Amino acid sequence: MTVNASAPLVERLGERFKQALQESSEFRGDLSIVIDPASVVEVARYLKDEEGFDYLLYATAVDWPAREPRFTVVWEVRSLADKTRIRLKTTATMPDPHVPSLTSVWPASNWHERETWDLLGIKFDGHPDLRRILMPQSWEGFPLRKDYVSFGEPVIFSDQKLEGLEPDAIRG
Amino acid sequence: MAETRIAQEESGPGTEPLPFGPEHEPPTEWMELNMGPHHPSTHGVLRVRLKLDGEIVRDADADIGYLHTGFEKSFEDKTYTQGITFSDRMDYLAPPINNVGFVSAVEKLIGVEVPPRAQAIRVIMMELARVASHELWLGTTGLDLGVYSGFFYAWRDRDLALDLNEAYSGVRMMTSFTRVGGVAWDLPDGWLDQLQRFIDVMPGKLDDFESMLTDNPIWHQRLKGVGVISAQDAIEAGVTGPVLRASGVNYDVRKAFPYCGYENYDFDVPVGTNGDCYDRYRMRVAEMRQSLRILQQAVDNLPGGPWISADRKVALPPRAELSKSMEAVIHHFRLVSEGFKGPVGDVYAFVESPRGELGFYLVSDGTNKPYRMKVRPPSFCNLQALRKLVQGVLVADVIAIMGSLDFILGDCDR
Repeated sequence: MTVNASAPLVERLGERFKQALQESSEFRGDLSIVIDPASVVEVARYLKDEEGFDYLLYATAVDWPAREPRFTVVWEVRSLADKTRIRLKTTATMPDPHVPSLTSVWPASNWHERETWDLLGIKFDGHPDLRRILMPQSWEGFPLRKDYVSFGEPVIFSDQKLEGLEPDAIRG
Repeated sequence: MAETRIAQEESGPGTEPLPFGPEHEPPTEWMELNMGPHHPSTHGVLRVRLKLDGEIVRDADADIGYLHTGFEKSFEDKTYTQGITFSDRMDYLAPPINNVGFVSAVEKLIGVEVPPRAQAIRVIMMELARVASHELWLGTTGLDLGVYSGFFYAWRDRDLALDLNEAYSGVRMMTSFTRVGGVAWDLPDGWLDQLQRFIDVMPGKLDDFESMLTDNPIWHQRLKGVGVISAQDAIEAGVTGPVLRASGVNYDVRKAFPYCGYENYDFDVPVGTNGDCYDRYRMRVAEMRQSLRILQQAVDNLPGGPWISADRKVALPPRAELSKSMEAVIHHFRLVSEGFKGPVGDVYAFVESPRGELGFYLVSDGTNKPYRMKVRPPSFCNLQALRKLVQGVLVADVIAIMGSLDFILGDCDR
């Protein structure tokens, strides 16, 4: 996919969704567009029905703790006939990050959105079955957030205190 | 419903003749049946909650995550080179393809050229992995359906491919043979002869296997017309690989978006018509034969030259240079201690694994580690279709359908 071949699609999108299309960029031949969260479903529906992006590859999110809004939510779709791809991005803010679900447009995003909820804590409004998928249902926290430390289980040493408990009390 | 049935039983026999015929049968309750997580046909650790109406499956909910290891989180803590060793532990039945998928995302991000010999070695290793993975699939799925002897044949033949893995990388499964910009080692002496023997014997072994199964009436009864998914539904459900192709969609990453020089090889993509379990079986057997064709071409036309990029910013200098060149020592030290940095940006790179499209979405913030690495595992996407496929089938067919989807839970759960 070259710059010239993809440019008309961005132009068409820009014309049709003037307000919603916040940004479009191309990096290493991958086309990305950033859409206002309120219009994601509308743009997705247009991409599927009129531009032929029939195949959902994945959905995920990226956590940028220093940025506002904090989360970038990503869906990537492909047109099997045209062999083109487009990465659809939107944003979600703390403390209650939520974006519309695209399961009504691409049913395949069901599990991918569940995984994004499970690992990054993004709520997908309108998702038919939004529960944890990889982690246990009772899990607390969202492991792929940047403030969730790997190997972060607390280890108590005898000279340390944890949450007001004396070391001896913890050792039992 | 339970109360209705008890009431019927209490009114009891003898008082009036029981109504007869299907429309008068007492309403049944659906039974919930746990299949797994330690069911032998789940090929890993998968639990499926089946809702049964008698012997018929009405609904299914796949409970995955038993093998969730947090690879995506771990990628964020390791440099690009260190990350290679995570990649082969995801889909542990086709590690070379994961290796190539991972490094191709990094190569796309930093924009490094891979020399032709390295690309050919990658193709050879990937096609070997495809044959090995499909052989194992044949064996285990056959075993699930009662073909006990086939399992031993398949395992024996798969070991020939693993022997080649071992002779090349020192490891039978977790090869970790790729490096950003090429491969870690050149092919050892005599390896191509061993590969040639493999290419020569495999068609006969596949013929043996096919003579046992392809026209076997029991095999037909178990697989034909079972787990049918139409092309439209398959696309909607997001399945890829042989499952998608069995439904008649001609989509193979190697043909549609050639990588590693696949455009230079002459091979066909088998496409099915019925979208049932039997077509998926045929796809995989045909794919093995095509892989052997690719292997033969790769052996015949193996290019010479370097097997890793000469770009010292990403690839280690050869050992001989270290004793002569201070610059080489500095490059070596920088690469080993902190690796190389990628530009800010995000890329998606994908390869054709035996299970379908394996993709890596890599987000870089300009450091020497991935900021975020999302894997698009084909097993995850294919397993999502299970719910749709099993509705209305018998419990015994669930085994055939699960087998035909060929998911690997390590790949699915990451």
